[in-house]
Amino acid sequence: MASRTPFYILVSLLFLAGTALTLHRHIAFDIPWFPGEQRQTWSIEAKVDFEADGNPVTARLAIPNTQPGFTQLNQQTASPGYGLSFVERETGTYAEWSIREANGDQSLYYKVDMLVDPFAIPDEQVIVPSAKPNVEKEPYATAAQMILDRAIERSSSNYTLARELIHEFNNQQQTAELLAQVKPKTAWISQLLQEAGVPARRIHALELEDGRRRQSLIEYLQVFDETEYEVFNPETGEQGQAENMLLWQYHSGPVLEVIGATNAQVSFSMISQEQPFNIALNQKFADNEWLNFSLYTLPLEEQAIFKGILLIPVGVLIVVLMRILVGIKTSGTFMPVLIAMAFIQTSLMTGLIGFLLIVGVGLMIRSYLSYLNLLLVARISAVIIMVIGMIAIFSIIAYKFGLTEGMKITFFPMIILAWTIERMSILWEEEGAKQVMIQGGGSLLVAILAYMAMNLDWVRHLTFNFMGIQLILMALTLVAGSYTGYRLLELKRFKPLTKLDKS
Amino acid sequence: MSEPAVKMNWFQTLRERYAHPGALSKIGVLGMNRRNVSYISRYNPRHLFPLVDDKLQTKELALEAGVKVPDLIGVISEQHAVKELSHILQRCNSGFCIKPAHGSGGKGIMVITRQSEEGYRKSNGQFATISDLERHISNILAGLFSLGGRADVAIIEDLIHFDDCFSGFSYEGVPDTRIIVFRGFPVMAMMRLSTADSNGKANLHQGAVGVGLDIGDGHALRAVQFDKPILLHPDTGLNMMTLKVPHWEEVLTLAVSCYEMSGLGYLGTDIVLDRFKGPMLLELNARPGLTIQIANGKGLLPRLRQIESLSHKKRMSVADRVAYAREHFTDHR
Repeated sequence: MASRTPFYILVSLLFLAGTALTLHRHIAFDIPWFPGEQRQTWSIEAKVDFEADGNPVTARLAIPNTQPGFTQLNQQTASPGYGLSFVERETGTYAEWSIREANGDQSLYYKVDMLVDPFAIPDEQVIVPSAKPNVEKEPYATAAQMILDRAIERSSSNYTLARELIHEFNNQQQTAELLAQVKPKTAWISQLLQEAGVPARRIHALELEDGRRRQSLIEYLQVFDETEYEVFNPETGEQGQAENMLLWQYHSGPVLEVIGATNAQVSFSMISQEQPFNIALNQKFADNEWLNFSLYTLPLEEQAIFKGILLIPVGVLIVVLMRILVGIKTSGTFMPVLIAMAFIQTSLMTGLIGFLLIVGVGLMIRSYLSYLNLLLVARISAVIIMVIGMIAIFSIIAYKFGLTEGMKITFFPMIILAWTIERMSILWEEEGAKQVMIQGGGSLLVAILAYMAMNLDWVRHLTFNFMGIQLILMALTLVAGSYTGYRLLELKRFKPLTKLDKS
Repeated sequence: MSEPAVKMNWFQTLRERYAHPGALSKIGVLGMNRRNVSYISRYNPRHLFPLVDDKLQTKELALEAGVKVPDLIGVISEQHAVKELSHILQRCNSGFCIKPAHGSGGKGIMVITRQSEEGYRKSNGQFATISDLERHISNILAGLFSLGGRADVAIIEDLIHFDDCFSGFSYEGVPDTRIIVFRGFPVMAMMRLSTADSNGKANLHQGAVGVGLDIGDGHALRAVQFDKPILLHPDTGLNMMTLKVPHWEEVLTLAVSCYEMSGLGYLGTDIVLDRFKGPMLLELNARPGLTIQIANGKGLLPRLRQIESLSHKKRMSVADRVAYAREHFTDHR
């Protein structure tokens, strides 16, 4: 037998290196062990895409400032070859990129770190927009006036007027549709408010959710009462600014202007970072990037992906332990991890119900397919198409019943589901329903455990902030791989043998 | 019930259901992890696995080495060749057996005991039509029974006319003898007998009866079904302890010669007794299961360790090794 010494040296090295790296991060950068001891900052990256055709290009993107709830820490841009300046205008602050000649698809990045800060002091006074009446053509003017009159009747103040206006627009479908032919609903509401002497404007806000990519701005309504203001959701009439809502453009100006190019659009990625408060504050003053090897130096979109990827080893380790130490049978070695990843996206209950629904119905349809005597690849392809169909149908049904949670079913990896159905079905035909329950149940049990481990706040915190953890996980996996003792379930299986020994 | 009493009860159940790891290791029970790490990956070179995982290759190897195997009637390896099935079947006028070359755990094996005008009589008494057989073969080719669903080959071989000495011990299905051969020594043996529960299959986890056999002379030591000891066959009521495998020396010699033939150090050999041709090799397994320990009521480890500690095993001939095992691994009761 080959000597095990090199193996143990390797494992110890991995373990030590992992621990050292982790400690170094903790001591040198003061990244705490637990996610609770810190301040949340949001890194938001705006990506401006457009197609240039060789002409001079000027791109202007509205950027947020310190505002109630958020303190701006620092901002960065990435735009090779472009000239850049930050300009203050009446309609807010803008990042302005310019270039003499550009060709093809262009991407400009703007990244801002916002500290969640209940004591934020905005740089600028809120300027109340002056209410200016607007003359409209018939028949729109009459229709709009009708809605406004109804709303005024039912309201008592600036805010209630705004709320009633939104309700009127939602109730009077026909009038609303007529008006929508001229300009969008939010524009009408803000215009009608101004006509009634209430200062209001359209603003653009971003809903902050950790790890989201390719988000776009949502239009809100800002309604003033003296120097105070309230934010309204123009769809539901809901009043107030949610904690995770960052106002991006709040001077009623355009968000993005690009001159000299076509197909301009902006999308946002965001990521939540937990940083000690002092570091967060230090960033206010430190302009230079910390020279260290860390995931924070990647673009945000990639960081968001890595946040998920770095969790996989945790799930994989759970699978290793459950199989080698406990002896649970799963269908497909790492399928439980994939299911767990889907659970993270869907939340556990929705995920479980969705999974059982799809696999259950899939098995029924698959049992019909087996009568058709198809070749294997074609049969699995058919199952994939069927799974997609089912996901679509379940999403629609869930939506119709107002269960928006149900639509998250789309997060399940479809090819994996199809393979699961295929395997379960074969297992059913050959070994009966009991084995399907044992293996399917085993997979789900392991998936739930992996989900619970991967969904722990401090596990997410540790895996993302401390790369050394990965080495420790690797060491643990290697150790588990050389375990030659009994599995837990074998203690039960071989129990009859010990009885025999005594008699 | 008071709090400590509940706790005691819970602990009691645990002790009744689960064995203490120390107790298992005292008996020398081989666990799955140790089997994989210390035996399979150490004694079975990876490149030899395809030889035993592919039944067609095993057969060719056996024929080359002069090991007796059931006659090959035909092989169908392409979908378009399925149409030639009835042509192939004309060559044999009695029973036959269709199996996938890469099947594991007895999956996809179809046994036809007789051909007549009514059709093909399956081992469970039902009749199948030629198109049923064609569909089965087409499933085999598509990889329905192979690991990972990879494309497979269907083998049609002669039916085994199993020896009368087992009638009443097996309910439908062919009784086979599994012998674990470790570095050329037969270390443990059991017989697998199908029951009504197992649907004519010889898989223990599906309800087949496992009978531990004495390496010395091939008589039954104990019988288990679903891991529980039994005395009588659940379907025929025959006393399992009266079972004794004839031609035992020959059976062991056949099993041991599979070590020379395959080169695998830790090997499961499945042997059947044919009424006319005697012991024949049915299948080899590079990852034999561990239930044989339950059927024998003994752990494998002491015997494996005894073989590992033998110093002159390289020089021993097949007959020497069989004799050694018969002398040392017998039950002196």
